[in-house]
Amino acid sequence: MTQLESTWSDPPGLVGWLSTVNHKRVAVRYIVTTLVFFALAGALALIMRTQLARADNDLVGPDLYNQLFSMHGSAMMFLFAVPVMEAVALYLIPLMLGTRNVPFPRLNAYGYWLFLFGGIMSFTVFFLNIGPEAGWFSYVPLSGPEYSPGKRSDFWAQMITFTEVAALIGAIQIITATFKMRAPGMTLNRIPMFVWAMLVTSFMIIFAMPSVMLASTFLITDRLVSTQFFNPTEGGDVLLWQHMFWFFGHPEVYIIFVPALGMISEILPAFTRRKVVGYLGLVIALVSISFLSFGLWVHHMFATGLPPLGMSFFTVASIMIALPTGLQIFCWIATLATGEPVRFATPILFVIGFFFIFIIGGMTGVMLGASSLDQQLHDSYFVVAHLHYVLIGGAVFPLFGGFYYWFPKLSGRQLSERAGRWNFWLFFIGFNVAFFPMHILGLEGMPRRVYTYSAASGWQGLNLLSSLGAAMVALSVIVFVANVLVTLRRGARAADNPWNAPGLEWATTSPPPAYNFAQIPVVASRTPLWERDFPTAVVTGLPDLVPSVLVTRLHDAEPDHVALMPEPSIWPLLSAIATTILFIGTVFTPWALIWGSVPVGIALIAWFWPRKDETRKHQQVEVKPQEGEQREHELREALS
Amino acid sequence: MNHAALHPAGPLAQEIARLFWAFTSVTGIVYLIVIGILVYALRRRRTTDPGAQEAGAARALRFIGLGVGLSAVVLVVLAVNDFIGNRRLNAGQVNPIRVKVTAHQWWWEVEYVDSQPSLRVTTANELALPVGRPVMLQMTSTDVIHSFWVPNLNGKKDLLPGYTTHLALIASQAGAYTGECAEFCGFQHAQMRLDVAAKSPDDFAHWLDAQRSAAAEPDSDPARHGRDVFLKTSCHLCHAIQGTEASARLGPDLTHLASRAHIAAGARPNDSANLAAWILDPQSIKPGTRMPSTKLSGEDLNALVAYLRNLR
Repeated sequence: MTQLESTWSDPPGLVGWLSTVNHKRVAVRYIVTTLVFFALAGALALIMRTQLARADNDLVGPDLYNQLFSMHGSAMMFLFAVPVMEAVALYLIPLMLGTRNVPFPRLNAYGYWLFLFGGIMSFTVFFLNIGPEAGWFSYVPLSGPEYSPGKRSDFWAQMITFTEVAALIGAIQIITATFKMRAPGMTLNRIPMFVWAMLVTSFMIIFAMPSVMLASTFLITDRLVSTQFFNPTEGGDVLLWQHMFWFFGHPEVYIIFVPALGMISEILPAFTRRKVVGYLGLVIALVSISFLSFGLWVHHMFATGLPPLGMSFFTVASIMIALPTGLQIFCWIATLATGEPVRFATPILFVIGFFFIFIIGGMTGVMLGASSLDQQLHDSYFVVAHLHYVLIGGAVFPLFGGFYYWFPKLSGRQLSERAGRWNFWLFFIGFNVAFFPMHILGLEGMPRRVYTYSAASGWQGLNLLSSLGAAMVALSVIVFVANVLVTLRRGARAADNPWNAPGLEWATTSPPPAYNFAQIPVVASRTPLWERDFPTAVVTGLPDLVPSVLVTRLHDAEPDHVALMPEPSIWPLLSAIATTILFIGTVFTPWALIWGSVPVGIALIAWFWPRKDETRKHQQVEVKPQEGEQREHELREALS
Repeated sequence: MNHAALHPAGPLAQEIARLFWAFTSVTGIVYLIVIGILVYALRRRRTTDPGAQEAGAARALRFIGLGVGLSAVVLVVLAVNDFIGNRRLNAGQVNPIRVKVTAHQWWWEVEYVDSQPSLRVTTANELALPVGRPVMLQMTSTDVIHSFWVPNLNGKKDLLPGYTTHLALIASQAGAYTGECAEFCGFQHAQMRLDVAAKSPDDFAHWLDAQRSAAAEPDSDPARHGRDVFLKTSCHLCHAIQGTEASARLGPDLTHLASRAHIAAGARPNDSANLAAWILDPQSIKPGTRMPSTKLSGEDLNALVAYLRNLR
């Protein structure tokens, strides 16, 4: 046991802290980082709501206001919503699958550092007054060289590069772990729902992100080396950007909210004491959402003057996505109805809040997906209301529920239920006060992204109400932060499985040891911890001397071989620094791509350079396959 | 409400408002049903017996199937409804008035098309139309993407550089409505409005005739001096006034400026004080506007304002 512990623990000191490749340490940093960005982007929203609380307000001018909403949207999308889901997954998935680390631990650390540096760059340039100014969608030609001089849009485009590389790295970890690192016995139909959701999300990331990376690269080259992809006077096309952006941008919404659906499917069983109803239906719903989501990007472009038949096609595709989503909601309601009486702890409150808010967002989504109705609603405050109902109701509420649910596992301490209730009710009421009036404002003709409005418009009352609601939401987030900080100092100790939940992540201590499980359990059902005498068997024979994981087969999770994992290394951090220099350099000169790749190359070589002591340990634990030995023996016999 | 989607003043906006109420009532009812079932599920007396739970789940699966099936039917009905609305909105219009709309950062150039050049009318930030007769807008942009939106008359349509888009407007009752730019277009996206006046056919013909005439001759000494100021300082480098030498098209055509309700695309009401303030320091009224500030003596400024106020 001591050998196992020392094998998996990080070297001491600051260098050790920076070198860690343990998925839990990396993921906790990842989660904290995304939450800091969430708070910052939320603060920007508060400034906007203060500006809009009064008609003809001159607190914030157009230049700052445009940067505020551009940064709010970009940061919430790229620095919070997508990465926080991946970060939670990078913490939980190895635990849920019964393995000891993510499949590519050093790459994982590299992805985190890159994300961190990209986020720091984005907020630094924002505070230096060179933040994005053309919206989170950066439509050309407004973001092009002629109408966005200076470096603001270049930094926006590089923020995309940073965060998308990090997102792709996360997606690869999750897919590989789900396919090849499940505990023995965890066949495809026993995979936890959150893992299914993240698997689907990860595939969506792999197919959607390249589109926006390509688009933002076109934008950078238009700006930096005068390519003319988007310049209509030189044969370029302004709608090309919109197609490429929304081909990513619509799946993005589902990339954010599918993980949250997975969280709900995990939380419900613990509080209803029964398996979630309709497992197969839920999985099929997730997969079909992912396919459909790539076929409806044009509903963001219904006002661009497309042919009516095309609009009708995308209308049908858009509103039909309500079916798989509805199926999931019905399954969850059935779970609530047929289980034991619900224990109304904070996680379940957030899930119930999700139902009330998200379904409204789904209904307005059907309205926005209808091409003719959308002609009025598009780009009005109705859309602002809709997207917050979907993203806050659909993703942030389950995420907060998830925080309360998994926090004991993560920290070993139980968050205060009383503060949790305040957190929930302030959020729930404040959210509705802030965003429901925006539906009406949109119908009254208030366009999005206006830095001010005249008193004659008659929009003042509802805007003031909305701003008050925003203040309540801010208060609720402060309660949450205080709850976390106080709990970490002197919260009640949490049991290993405080909710009596069925998932494997609760089969280890709270917080889990560096190696997650002293012995990998064998799984015999979808709800392993509810089995009588769990675990019936454990995996033996994994070497203690080097970090190693069991690799199993894709479909039936039969043990296949043992994979030796890399040890902690400082080089992922240094590689990320080198990559950061390259990325930021290309904002200023295309030559940065040339000279910037030299330090990246050096860092990558050092990253993969074999270490003598590591190789020696690997040789020590090497075992010849038995049948190989047998055959060798037979060959020798035959030859002699 | 002169800028509200749910106070339609014409058949096209009426069609969209009809769709809105159809969708809202159907989705509203669905919402109430789903929430009702959720509340029932949370409150009902439940069993702790696993066998009974499984039987309940089996029954629930039938309800889930029913729910998904009904949802599909509802969605198909809504989609068909939208299809009908889509065809109505995009139907060809009989004998429309053709108007070219060109969007600029941050104002609207409006041109009534006529095969006879002398009958063409160019104006800015205002659009008049006769009640009952359709207007077909041909729209484009010279700089970034904008979107034309007069919610009382129809939905919105983007104006894209390199493209021409079309939007029909029909007013069925006289009135004044406000249009807005709906696509984020930079600094002054918030102040890019246009005044839309639906007039009786007679009033409209009147208005069009008045617009076709050349600019009014100045009728007083200050106004005559004001015209000289206009033509000898920088004003004429960007603005046109028909009937004078000023013919530049960079900024709005000012031939009948005094007849407009607002200046600077809806930023301020059109009166002498606002006009003077706008000429002296446009950046303080509409930060980022392309109009430069013009330093004029008090006398010149008053004369210029007198001249412009005379351009009815």
